[in-house]
Amino acid sequence: MIELDDVSYNYGGGELLSGISLTLPPGSFHFLTGPSGAGKTTFLKLCYGDLLPTGGRVSAFGKDMRDMDRDDIARLRRRVGVVHQDCAFLDHLSVEDNVALPLTVSGRDPQGEEANLNELLAWVGLSAQARSFPPELSGGERQRAALARAVIMAPEIIIADEPTGNIDWEMSLRLLTLLVELNRMGKTILIATHDLNLIRTAKQQVQARVLRIRNRDLQLAGADL
Amino acid sequence: MSVAADILNVLRGDPQADRVVPPTGHTAWLTLFTSGAMAFLAVFALALSLATDRLAERWSSELARSATVRISAPAGQEEAQLRAALRVLEETPGIASARVLEDSEQRALLEPWFGPDLPIDALPIPRMIDVIEDDAGYDAEGLRLRLTAEAPGAVLDDHTRWRRPLVEAASRLRTLGVVSILLIGLATAAMITLAAQASLAANAQVIRVLRLVGARDVYIARAFVRRFTLRALSGAAVGTVLGAVAIALLPRASAEGGFLTGLGFQGLHWLWPLAIPPLAAIVAFWSTRIAAFRSLRELM
Ligand SMILES: Nc1ncnc2c1ncn2[C@@H]1O[C@H](COP(=O)(O)OP(=O)(O)O)[C@@H](O)[C@H]1O
Ligand SMILES: [Mg+2]
Repeated sequence: MIELDDVSYNYGGGELLSGISLTLPPGSFHFLTGPSGAGKTTFLKLCYGDLLPTGGRVSAFGKDMRDMDRDDIARLRRRVGVVHQDCAFLDHLSVEDNVALPLTVSGRDPQGEEANLNELLAWVGLSAQARSFPPELSGGERQRAALARAVIMAPEIIIADEPTGNIDWEMSLRLLTLLVELNRMGKTILIATHDLNLIRTAKQQVQARVLRIRNRDLQLAGADL
Repeated sequence: MSVAADILNVLRGDPQADRVVPPTGHTAWLTLFTSGAMAFLAVFALALSLATDRLAERWSSELARSATVRISAPAGQEEAQLRAALRVLEETPGIASARVLEDSEQRALLEPWFGPDLPIDALPIPRMIDVIEDDAGYDAEGLRLRLTAEAPGAVLDDHTRWRRPLVEAASRLRTLGVVSILLIGLATAAMITLAAQASLAANAQVIRVLRLVGARDVYIARAFVRRFTLRALSGAAVGTVLGAVAIALLPRASAEGGFLTGLGFQGLHWLWPLAIPPLAAIVAFWSTRIAAFRSLRELM
Protein backbone atom coordinates (compact mmCIF):
# COMPACT_ATOMS: atom_id res chain seq x y z
CA MET A 1 0.00 0.00 0.00
CA ILE A 2 2.85 2.31 0.90
CA GLU A 3 6.24 1.66 -0.57
CA LEU A 4 9.54 3.38 0.14
CA ASP A 5 12.42 2.77 -2.21
CA ASP A 6 15.91 3.91 -1.17
CA VAL A 7 14.40 6.94 0.53
CA SER A 8 16.47 9.61 2.20
CA TYR A 9 15.44 12.81 3.89
CA ASN A 10 17.34 15.92 4.82
CA TYR A 11 15.92 19.05 6.50
CA GLY A 12 18.97 20.98 5.38
CA GLY A 13 21.36 20.10 8.21
CA GLY A 14 22.63 16.75 6.94
CA GLU A 15 20.83 13.50 6.18
CA LEU A 16 18.36 12.47 8.86
CA LEU A 17 17.24 9.29 7.09
CA SER A 18 19.06 7.56 4.27
CA GLY A 19 18.63 4.54 2.02
CA ILE A 20 15.38 3.36 3.54
CA SER A 21 13.36 0.76 1.68
CA LEU A 22 10.14 -0.65 3.06
CA THR A 23 6.81 -2.01 1.92
CA LEU A 24 3.72 -1.83 4.09
CA PRO A 25 1.50 -4.69 2.93
CA PRO A 26 -2.28 -4.50 3.40
CA GLY A 27 -3.48 -5.63 6.81
CA SER A 28 -0.02 -5.43 8.41
CA PHE A 29 0.69 -4.02 11.86
CA HIS A 30 3.96 -2.14 12.30
CA PHE A 31 5.57 -0.34 15.17
CA LEU A 32 8.19 2.28 14.50
CA THR A 33 10.54 2.95 17.33
CA GLY A 34 13.75 4.79 18.04
CA PRO A 35 15.05 7.48 20.39
CA SER A 36 13.52 10.90 20.41
CA GLY A 37 14.86 12.93 17.49
CA ALA A 38 15.68 9.83 15.46
CA GLY A 39 13.25 10.83 12.75
CA LYS A 40 10.07 8.86 13.50
CA THR A 41 7.75 11.79 12.82
CA THR A 42 9.72 12.62 9.69
CA PHE A 43 9.39 9.04 8.47
CA LEU A 44 5.62 9.08 9.02
CA LYS A 45 5.29 12.42 7.24
CA LEU A 46 7.01 10.88 4.24
CA CYS A 47 4.36 8.13 4.33
CA TYR A 48 1.37 10.47 4.13
CA GLY A 49 2.84 13.02 1.77
CA ASP A 50 3.43 15.85 4.22
CA LEU A 51 7.09 15.72 3.15
CA LEU A 52 8.58 14.61 -0.12
CA PRO A 53 11.80 12.56 0.12
CA THR A 54 14.99 14.37 -0.81
CA GLY A 55 16.22 11.12 -2.35
CA GLY A 56 14.57 7.92 -3.57
CA ARG A 57 10.85 7.51 -4.04
CA VAL A 58 7.72 6.97 -1.99
CA SER A 59 4.60 5.59 -3.55
CA ALA A 60 1.14 5.15 -2.10
CA PHE A 61 -1.52 2.90 -3.62
CA GLY A 62 0.82 2.35 -6.54
CA LYS A 63 1.34 6.00 -7.33
CA ASP A 64 4.61 7.88 -6.95
CA MET A 65 4.07 10.84 -4.63
CA ARG A 66 6.29 13.00 -6.77
CA ASP A 67 3.74 12.69 -9.58
CA MET A 68 0.84 13.70 -7.36
CA ASP A 69 -0.50 17.25 -7.46
CA ARG A 70 -1.98 19.01 -4.44
CA ASP A 71 -5.44 17.60 -5.08
CA ASP A 72 -4.05 14.08 -5.36
CA ILE A 73 -2.33 14.56 -2.00
CA ALA A 74 -5.62 15.76 -0.50
CA ARG A 75 -7.34 12.63 -1.82
CA LEU A 76 -4.50 10.45 -0.50
CA ARG A 77 -5.08 11.88 2.98
CA ARG A 78 -8.68 10.73 2.86
CA ARG A 79 -7.44 7.17 2.38
CA VAL A 80 -4.75 7.37 5.06
CA GLY A 81 -5.99 8.19 8.57
CA VAL A 82 -3.39 9.96 10.69
CA VAL A 83 -3.22 10.53 14.43
CA HIS A 84 -0.78 13.44 14.61
CA GLN A 85 1.70 13.81 17.43
CA ASP A 86 0.09 17.13 18.42
CA CYS A 87 -3.42 15.93 17.43
CA ALA A 88 -3.90 19.00 15.18
CA PHE A 89 -7.45 19.98 16.14
CA LEU A 90 -9.35 23.13 15.27
CA ASP A 91 -9.90 24.61 18.72
CA HIS A 92 -12.91 26.68 17.70
CA LEU A 93 -14.89 23.60 16.69
CA SER A 94 -16.46 21.06 19.05
CA VAL A 95 -14.99 17.58 19.43
CA GLU A 96 -17.84 16.22 17.33
CA ASP A 97 -17.15 18.71 14.52
CA ASN A 98 -13.43 18.01 14.70
CA VAL A 99 -14.02 14.30 14.36
CA ALA A 100 -16.36 14.95 11.42
CA LEU A 101 -13.94 17.40 9.79
CA PRO A 102 -12.61 14.98 7.15
CA LEU A 103 -16.22 14.38 6.05
CA THR A 104 -16.94 18.11 5.95
CA VAL A 105 -13.89 19.02 3.90
CA SER A 106 -14.45 16.23 1.42
CA GLY A 107 -17.91 17.61 0.72
CA ARG A 108 -19.87 14.94 2.57
CA ASP A 109 -22.66 16.03 4.86
CA PRO A 110 -21.84 15.07 8.48
CA GLN A 111 -25.54 15.35 9.32
CA GLY A 112 -26.23 12.51 6.92
CA GLU A 113 -23.73 10.34 8.74
CA GLU A 114 -24.71 11.26 12.25
CA ALA A 115 -25.44 7.69 13.29
CA ASN A 116 -21.99 6.72 12.08
CA LEU A 117 -20.42 9.61 13.93
CA ASN A 118 -22.21 8.85 17.19
CA GLU A 119 -21.24 5.22 16.98
CA LEU A 120 -17.63 6.19 16.41
CA LEU A 121 -17.65 8.59 19.38
CA ALA A 122 -19.14 5.85 21.55
CA TRP A 123 -16.46 3.43 20.34
CA VAL A 124 -13.67 5.77 21.50
CA GLY A 125 -15.65 6.57 24.66
CA LEU A 126 -16.23 10.25 23.95
CA SER A 127 -20.02 10.44 23.65
CA ALA A 128 -20.22 12.64 26.71
CA GLN A 129 -17.55 15.01 25.40
CA ALA A 130 -19.01 15.39 21.89
CA ARG A 131 -19.92 19.02 22.47
CA SER A 132 -16.81 19.97 24.41
CA PHE A 133 -13.97 21.82 22.76
CA PRO A 134 -10.52 20.27 22.26
CA PRO A 135 -8.74 22.44 24.86
CA GLU A 136 -11.13 21.06 27.50
CA LEU A 137 -10.08 17.44 26.90
CA SER A 138 -7.51 15.42 28.84
CA GLY A 139 -4.49 13.99 27.04
CA GLY A 140 -6.07 10.56 26.65
CA GLU A 141 -9.34 12.02 25.41
CA ARG A 142 -7.51 14.09 22.84
CA GLN A 143 -5.68 11.04 21.52
CA ARG A 144 -8.92 9.09 21.27
CA ALA A 145 -10.67 11.97 19.52
CA ALA A 146 -7.73 12.15 17.11
CA LEU A 147 -8.07 8.42 16.46
CA ALA A 148 -11.80 8.81 15.81
CA ARG A 149 -11.06 11.56 13.29
CA ALA A 150 -8.38 9.41 11.67
CA VAL A 151 -10.79 6.56 11.03
CA ILE A 152 -14.00 8.41 10.12
CA MET A 153 -13.29 8.24 6.40
CA ALA A 154 -12.84 4.45 6.70
CA PRO A 155 -9.22 4.67 5.52
CA GLU A 156 -7.25 1.63 4.47
CA ILE A 157 -4.20 2.71 6.43
CA ILE A 158 -3.95 4.25 9.90
CA ILE A 159 -0.78 6.00 10.96
CA ALA A 160 -0.39 7.09 14.59
CA ASP A 161 2.48 9.25 15.83
CA GLU A 162 3.17 8.54 19.53
CA PRO A 163 -0.52 8.14 20.32
CA THR A 164 0.32 7.19 23.89
CA GLY A 165 2.88 9.97 24.26
CA ASN A 166 1.82 11.51 27.53
CA ILE A 167 -1.11 9.51 28.78
CA ASP A 168 -1.32 6.96 31.58
CA TRP A 169 -0.87 3.23 31.07
CA GLU A 170 -4.53 2.34 31.38
CA MET A 171 -5.48 4.85 28.74
CA SER A 172 -2.62 3.66 26.52
CA LEU A 173 -3.97 0.15 26.68
CA ARG A 174 -7.43 1.35 25.76
CA LEU A 175 -6.03 3.12 22.71
CA LEU A 176 -3.98 0.07 21.76
CA THR A 177 -7.11 -2.07 21.96
CA LEU A 178 -8.85 0.25 19.53
CA LEU A 179 -5.93 0.05 17.10
CA VAL A 180 -5.80 -3.75 17.37
CA GLU A 181 -9.54 -3.88 16.66
CA LEU A 182 -9.01 -1.78 13.57
CA ASN A 183 -6.26 -4.13 12.41
CA ARG A 184 -8.57 -7.11 12.88
CA MET A 185 -11.00 -5.30 10.60
CA GLY A 186 -8.31 -5.42 7.94
CA LYS A 187 -6.73 -1.98 8.30
CA THR A 188 -3.01 -1.48 7.84
CA ILE A 189 -1.54 0.05 10.99
CA LEU A 190 1.71 1.96 11.53
CA ILE A 191 2.43 3.32 15.01
CA ALA A 192 5.44 5.35 16.07
CA THR A 193 6.23 4.94 19.75
CA HIS A 194 9.14 4.63 22.11
CA ASP A 195 7.05 2.80 24.67
CA LEU A 196 8.48 -0.74 24.66
CA ASN A 197 5.86 -1.98 27.13
CA LEU A 198 3.17 -1.01 24.68
CA ILE A 199 4.92 -2.95 21.91
CA ARG A 200 5.25 -6.04 24.12
CA THR A 201 1.60 -5.91 25.06
CA ALA A 202 0.57 -5.51 21.46
CA LYS A 203 2.63 -8.47 20.36
CA GLN A 204 0.51 -10.69 22.58
CA GLN A 205 -2.59 -9.61 20.64
CA VAL A 206 -1.47 -9.21 17.01
CA GLN A 207 1.24 -10.14 14.57
CA ALA A 208 3.19 -6.93 14.92
CA ARG A 209 6.52 -6.15 13.31
CA VAL A 210 8.87 -3.67 14.90
CA LEU A 211 10.96 -1.24 12.88
CA ARG A 212 13.72 0.73 14.53
CA ILE A 213 15.44 3.85 13.26
CA ARG A 214 19.13 3.67 14.08
CA ASN A 215 21.98 5.55 12.45
CA ARG A 216 19.67 7.09 9.85
CA ASP A 217 18.64 3.62 8.74
CA LEU A 218 15.52 1.56 9.30
CA GLN A 219 16.05 -1.91 10.76
CA LEU A 220 13.69 -4.72 11.49
CA ALA A 221 13.99 -5.37 15.21
CA GLY A 222 14.37 -8.99 16.27
CA ALA A 223 12.21 -11.06 18.55
CA ASP A 224 14.30 -9.90 21.50
CA LEU A 225 11.90 -7.10 22.34
CA MET B 1 -21.35 33.96 -17.29
CA SER B 2 -19.58 31.15 -15.50
CA VAL B 3 -17.89 33.70 -13.25
CA ALA B 4 -21.33 34.97 -12.30
CA ALA B 5 -22.44 31.40 -11.63
CA ASP B 6 -19.30 30.81 -9.57
CA ILE B 7 -19.91 33.94 -7.57
CA LEU B 8 -23.55 33.07 -6.95
CA ASN B 9 -22.46 29.63 -5.85
CA VAL B 10 -19.92 31.10 -3.49
CA LEU B 11 -22.47 33.53 -2.09
CA ARG B 12 -25.04 30.81 -1.52
CA GLY B 13 -22.33 29.08 0.43
CA ASP B 14 -22.12 26.05 2.61
CA PRO B 15 -22.76 26.88 6.26
CA GLN B 16 -20.81 23.81 7.33
CA ALA B 17 -17.78 24.84 5.30
CA ASP B 18 -18.12 28.35 6.59
CA ARG B 19 -17.40 27.42 10.17
CA VAL B 20 -14.15 25.62 9.54
CA VAL B 21 -12.31 28.93 9.33
CA PRO B 22 -12.76 30.94 12.53
CA PRO B 23 -14.43 34.32 12.11
CA THR B 24 -12.00 37.20 11.97
CA GLY B 25 -12.59 40.58 13.54
CA HIS B 26 -10.64 43.48 12.18
CA THR B 27 -9.99 42.41 8.58
CA ALA B 28 -13.76 42.05 8.22
CA TRP B 29 -14.35 45.66 9.21
CA LEU B 30 -11.45 46.98 7.17
CA THR B 31 -12.72 45.25 4.06
CA LEU B 32 -16.26 46.43 4.66
CA PHE B 33 -15.17 50.01 5.28
CA THR B 34 -12.71 50.21 2.40
CA SER B 35 -15.06 48.78 -0.18
CA GLY B 36 -17.73 51.16 1.07
CA ALA B 37 -15.40 54.15 0.75
CA MET B 38 -14.22 53.01 -2.68
CA ALA B 39 -17.79 52.59 -3.89
CA PHE B 40 -18.65 56.06 -2.60
CA LEU B 41 -15.73 57.51 -4.58
CA ALA B 42 -16.67 55.45 -7.62
CA VAL B 43 -20.15 56.99 -7.60
CA PHE B 44 -18.59 60.45 -7.84
CA ALA B 45 -16.13 59.44 -10.51
CA LEU B 46 -19.04 57.99 -12.44
CA ALA B 47 -21.13 61.13 -11.97
CA LEU B 48 -18.17 63.22 -13.10
CA SER B 49 -17.67 61.13 -16.22
CA LEU B 50 -21.34 61.19 -17.18
CA ALA B 51 -21.72 64.90 -16.44
CA THR B 52 -18.66 65.94 -18.42
CA ASP B 53 -19.83 63.67 -21.20
CA ARG B 54 -23.16 65.54 -21.31
CA LEU B 55 -21.39 68.87 -21.06
CA ALA B 56 -18.97 68.11 -23.88
CA GLU B 57 -21.86 66.98 -26.05
CA ARG B 58 -23.97 70.07 -25.34
CA TRP B 59 -21.12 72.47 -25.83
CA SER B 60 -19.93 70.92 -29.04
CA SER B 61 -23.44 70.93 -30.47
CA GLU B 62 -23.72 74.60 -29.50
CA LEU B 63 -20.40 75.28 -31.14
CA ALA B 64 -21.83 74.14 -34.45
CA ARG B 65 -24.25 77.07 -34.55
CA SER B 66 -22.30 79.41 -32.43
CA ALA B 67 -21.71 82.47 -34.53
CA THR B 68 -23.96 85.42 -35.26
CA VAL B 69 -23.50 88.41 -37.50
CA ARG B 70 -25.01 91.60 -36.13
CA ILE B 71 -25.90 94.45 -38.45
CA SER B 72 -26.01 97.84 -36.82
CA ALA B 73 -26.34 100.37 -39.58
CA PRO B 74 -28.21 103.62 -40.02
CA ALA B 75 -31.93 102.92 -40.61
CA GLY B 76 -31.81 103.37 -44.38
CA GLN B 77 -28.85 101.10 -45.06
CA GLU B 78 -29.82 98.23 -42.77
CA GLU B 79 -31.59 96.16 -45.40
CA ALA B 80 -28.85 96.60 -48.01
CA GLN B 81 -26.07 95.73 -45.59
CA LEU B 82 -28.02 92.72 -44.38
CA ARG B 83 -28.22 91.39 -47.93
CA ALA B 84 -24.54 92.16 -48.60
CA ALA B 85 -23.53 90.33 -45.45
CA LEU B 86 -25.66 87.33 -46.39
CA ARG B 87 -24.00 87.24 -49.80
CA VAL B 88 -20.54 87.23 -48.21
CA LEU B 89 -21.55 84.47 -45.85
CA GLU B 90 -22.93 82.33 -48.66
CA GLU B 91 -19.65 82.65 -50.54
CA THR B 92 -17.48 81.83 -47.55
CA PRO B 93 -16.24 78.25 -47.45
CA GLY B 94 -16.85 76.45 -44.18
CA ILE B 95 -20.28 77.90 -43.53
CA ALA B 96 -23.17 75.45 -43.73
CA SER B 97 -25.95 78.01 -43.59
CA ALA B 98 -26.74 81.61 -42.70
CA ARG B 99 -30.23 82.72 -41.77
CA VAL B 100 -31.74 86.04 -40.71
CA LEU B 101 -33.39 85.78 -37.30
CA GLU B 102 -37.12 86.60 -37.09
CA ASP B 103 -38.31 89.30 -34.72
CA SER B 104 -39.93 86.69 -32.51
CA GLU B 105 -36.66 84.75 -32.22
CA GLN B 106 -34.81 87.90 -31.28
CA ARG B 107 -37.44 88.69 -28.71
CA ALA B 108 -36.96 85.21 -27.19
CA LEU B 109 -33.23 85.81 -26.99
CA LEU B 110 -33.66 89.13 -25.23
CA GLU B 111 -36.51 88.16 -22.96
CA PRO B 112 -34.35 86.70 -20.17
CA TRP B 113 -32.64 90.05 -19.81
CA PHE B 114 -35.42 92.57 -20.46
CA GLY B 115 -38.62 90.73 -19.66
CA PRO B 116 -41.52 89.68 -21.92
CA ASP B 117 -43.01 93.16 -22.40
CA LEU B 118 -40.10 94.47 -24.40
CA PRO B 119 -41.42 96.84 -27.09
CA ILE B 120 -39.06 95.45 -29.69
CA ASP B 121 -40.39 97.61 -32.54
CA ALA B 122 -39.69 100.79 -30.60
CA LEU B 123 -36.06 99.96 -29.96
CA PRO B 124 -33.12 100.19 -32.31
CA ILE B 125 -32.47 96.48 -32.15
CA PRO B 126 -29.81 95.36 -34.63
CA ARG B 127 -30.72 92.64 -37.14
CA MET B 128 -29.05 89.31 -36.57
CA ILE B 129 -27.87 86.50 -38.86
CA ASP B 130 -27.47 83.05 -37.36
CA VAL B 131 -24.40 81.39 -38.85
CA ILE B 132 -23.95 77.61 -38.79
CA GLU B 133 -20.54 76.36 -39.72
CA ASP B 134 -19.84 72.97 -41.17
CA ASP B 135 -17.41 70.45 -39.73
CA ALA B 136 -14.39 72.03 -41.41
CA GLY B 137 -15.17 75.45 -39.95
CA TYR B 138 -14.41 78.83 -41.47
CA ASP B 139 -11.60 81.34 -41.20
CA ALA B 140 -12.97 83.92 -38.77
CA GLU B 141 -10.36 86.62 -39.50
CA GLY B 142 -10.83 86.43 -43.28
CA LEU B 143 -14.59 86.57 -42.89
CA ARG B 144 -14.32 89.61 -40.65
CA LEU B 145 -12.21 91.46 -43.21
CA ARG B 146 -14.56 90.69 -46.05
CA LEU B 147 -17.59 91.70 -44.00
CA THR B 148 -16.02 95.04 -43.16
CA ALA B 149 -15.43 95.63 -46.86
CA GLU B 150 -18.92 94.65 -48.05
CA ALA B 151 -21.07 95.65 -45.09
CA PRO B 152 -19.32 98.03 -42.71
CA GLY B 153 -22.11 97.73 -40.13
CA ALA B 154 -21.76 93.94 -39.85
CA VAL B 155 -20.03 92.53 -36.79
CA LEU B 156 -19.13 88.85 -36.62
CA ASP B 157 -19.67 87.56 -33.14
CA ASP B 158 -18.33 84.04 -32.67
CA HIS B 159 -18.69 84.37 -28.91
CA THR B 160 -18.95 80.67 -28.21
CA ARG B 161 -15.70 79.87 -29.93
CA TRP B 162 -13.99 80.29 -26.61
CA ARG B 163 -15.69 77.09 -25.58
CA ARG B 164 -13.67 75.02 -28.01
CA PRO B 165 -10.78 74.43 -25.56
CA LEU B 166 -13.39 73.85 -22.87
CA VAL B 167 -14.96 71.05 -24.86
CA GLU B 168 -11.53 69.53 -25.06
CA ALA B 169 -11.07 70.00 -21.32
CA ALA B 170 -14.46 68.39 -20.73
CA SER B 171 -13.60 65.29 -22.69
CA ARG B 172 -10.24 65.16 -20.95
CA LEU B 173 -12.12 65.34 -17.66
CA ARG B 174 -14.33 62.47 -18.76
CA THR B 175 -11.23 60.40 -19.50
CA LEU B 176 -9.92 61.27 -16.04
CA GLY B 177 -13.21 60.09 -14.58
CA VAL B 178 -12.91 56.76 -16.35
CA VAL B 179 -9.27 56.44 -15.26
CA SER B 180 -10.35 57.21 -11.69
CA ILE B 181 -12.91 54.43 -11.79
CA LEU B 182 -10.24 52.01 -13.03
CA LEU B 183 -7.85 53.17 -10.31
CA ILE B 184 -10.53 52.74 -7.69
CA GLY B 185 -11.09 49.20 -8.98
CA LEU B 186 -7.38 48.41 -8.85
CA ALA B 187 -6.99 49.94 -5.39
CA THR B 188 -9.93 47.84 -4.21
CA ALA B 189 -8.28 44.74 -5.66
CA ALA B 190 -4.98 45.61 -3.95
CA MET B 191 -6.66 46.28 -0.62
CA ILE B 192 -8.68 43.08 -0.69
CA THR B 193 -5.59 41.09 -1.69
CA LEU B 194 -3.73 42.48 1.32
CA ALA B 195 -6.63 41.84 3.68
CA ALA B 196 -7.07 38.32 2.32
CA GLN B 197 -3.36 37.62 2.70
CA ALA B 198 -3.44 38.86 6.29
CA SER B 199 -6.43 36.66 7.00
CA LEU B 200 -4.81 33.64 5.34
CA ALA B 201 -1.59 34.16 7.29
CA ALA B 202 -3.52 34.54 10.55
CA ASN B 203 -5.22 31.24 9.82
CA ALA B 204 -2.11 29.35 8.71
CA GLN B 205 -2.57 26.79 11.48
CA VAL B 206 -6.21 26.19 10.58
CA ILE B 207 -5.30 25.82 6.92
CA ARG B 208 -2.59 23.31 7.82
CA VAL B 209 -5.07 21.19 9.75
CA LEU B 210 -7.57 21.36 6.91
CA ARG B 211 -4.94 20.20 4.44
CA LEU B 212 -3.93 17.37 6.79
CA VAL B 213 -7.46 16.01 6.96
CA GLY B 214 -7.78 16.02 3.18
CA ALA B 215 -9.18 19.42 2.20
CA ARG B 216 -8.46 20.44 -1.37
CA ASP B 217 -7.17 23.95 -2.06
CA VAL B 218 -10.47 24.98 -3.70
CA TYR B 219 -12.36 24.06 -0.55
CA ILE B 220 -10.14 26.19 1.67
CA ALA B 221 -10.00 29.04 -0.82
CA ARG B 222 -13.78 29.08 -1.08
CA ALA B 223 -14.20 29.71 2.64
CA PHE B 224 -12.08 32.86 2.31
CA VAL B 225 -13.39 33.93 -1.09
CA ARG B 226 -16.96 33.78 0.18
CA ARG B 227 -16.23 36.02 3.13
CA PHE B 228 -14.36 38.65 1.21
CA THR B 229 -16.82 38.67 -1.67
CA LEU B 230 -19.75 39.12 0.72
CA ARG B 231 -17.98 41.87 2.63
CA ALA B 232 -17.00 43.74 -0.52
CA LEU B 233 -20.52 43.39 -1.88
CA SER B 234 -22.24 44.70 1.23
CA GLY B 235 -19.65 47.42 1.86
CA ALA B 236 -19.93 48.60 -1.73
CA ALA B 237 -23.73 48.52 -1.58
CA VAL B 238 -23.74 50.85 1.43
CA GLY B 239 -21.09 53.11 -0.14
CA THR B 240 -23.01 53.28 -3.41
CA VAL B 241 -26.27 54.18 -1.70
CA LEU B 242 -24.57 56.92 0.33
CA GLY B 243 -22.80 58.24 -2.77
CA ALA B 244 -26.02 58.26 -4.78
CA VAL B 245 -27.88 60.04 -1.98
CA ALA B 246 -25.12 62.65 -1.79
CA ILE B 247 -25.39 63.18 -5.54
CA ALA B 248 -29.18 63.38 -5.41
CA LEU B 249 -28.94 66.03 -2.72
CA LEU B 250 -26.74 68.28 -4.87
CA PRO B 251 -28.51 71.50 -5.94
CA ARG B 252 -30.65 71.04 -9.07
CA ALA B 253 -29.19 71.82 -12.44
CA SER B 254 -31.13 74.55 -14.24
CA ALA B 255 -31.64 74.49 -18.01
CA GLU B 256 -28.71 76.77 -18.65
CA GLY B 257 -26.91 75.34 -15.64
CA GLY B 258 -23.19 75.55 -15.49
CA PHE B 259 -20.82 72.70 -14.93
CA LEU B 260 -20.98 72.35 -11.16
CA THR B 261 -24.73 72.23 -10.84
CA GLY B 262 -24.84 69.77 -13.72
CA LEU B 263 -22.85 67.17 -11.77
CA GLY B 264 -25.24 64.32 -11.20
CA PHE B 265 -27.12 61.53 -12.88
CA GLN B 266 -29.99 62.10 -15.26
CA GLY B 267 -32.73 59.66 -16.17
CA LEU B 268 -31.47 56.16 -16.94
CA HIS B 269 -27.98 57.17 -15.89
CA TRP B 270 -29.16 56.53 -12.34
CA LEU B 271 -28.88 52.83 -13.20
CA TRP B 272 -25.12 53.08 -13.67
CA PRO B 273 -24.21 53.14 -9.96
CA LEU B 274 -26.12 49.85 -9.56
CA ALA B 275 -23.21 48.20 -11.34
CA ILE B 276 -20.74 49.22 -8.61
CA PRO B 277 -21.56 46.63 -5.89
CA PRO B 278 -21.53 43.64 -8.29
CA LEU B 279 -18.27 44.90 -9.80
CA ALA B 280 -16.80 45.21 -6.31
CA ALA B 281 -17.91 41.64 -5.64
CA ILE B 282 -16.23 40.43 -8.83
CA VAL B 283 -13.03 42.27 -7.93
CA ALA B 284 -13.10 40.78 -4.42
CA PHE B 285 -13.85 37.31 -5.75
CA TRP B 286 -10.82 37.25 -8.03
CA SER B 287 -8.42 39.04 -5.69
CA THR B 288 -9.18 36.68 -2.82
CA ARG B 289 -9.13 33.62 -5.03
CA ILE B 290 -5.73 34.46 -6.49
CA ALA B 291 -4.33 35.44 -3.08
CA ALA B 292 -5.71 32.25 -1.52
CA PHE B 293 -4.25 29.87 -4.08
CA ARG B 294 -0.89 31.58 -3.92
CA SER B 295 -0.81 31.52 -0.12
CA LEU B 296 -1.93 27.89 -0.01
CA ARG B 297 0.96 26.84 -2.22
CA GLU B 298 3.36 28.77 -0.02
CA LEU B 299 1.93 27.67 3.32
CA MET B 300 2.40 23.95 2.74
N1 LIG C 1 10.79 21.18 10.07
C1 LIG C 1 12.02 20.83 10.51
N2 LIG C 1 13.09 21.55 10.11
C2 LIG C 1 14.34 21.21 10.54
N3 LIG C 1 14.60 20.18 11.33
C3 LIG C 1 13.57 19.41 11.75
C4 LIG C 1 12.23 19.71 11.36
N4 LIG C 1 11.43 18.79 11.94
C5 LIG C 1 12.23 17.96 12.65
N5 LIG C 1 13.50 18.34 12.54
C6 LIG C 1 14.65 17.67 13.16
O1 LIG C 1 14.74 16.38 12.66
C7 LIG C 1 15.08 15.48 13.69
C8 LIG C 1 14.05 14.35 13.77
O2 LIG C 1 12.80 14.89 14.15
P1 LIG C 1 11.53 13.97 14.29
O3 LIG C 1 11.27 13.32 12.98
O4 LIG C 1 10.44 14.80 14.82
O5 LIG C 1 12.01 12.91 15.35
P2 LIG C 1 11.17 11.97 16.34
O6 LIG C 1 9.74 12.04 15.90
O7 LIG C 1 11.77 10.63 16.16
O8 LIG C 1 11.37 12.49 17.70
C9 LIG C 1 15.16 16.27 14.98
O9 LIG C 1 16.50 16.54 15.24
C10 LIG C 1 14.45 17.54 14.64
O10 LIG C 1 15.03 18.62 15.32
MG1 LIG D 1 8.04 12.65 16.80
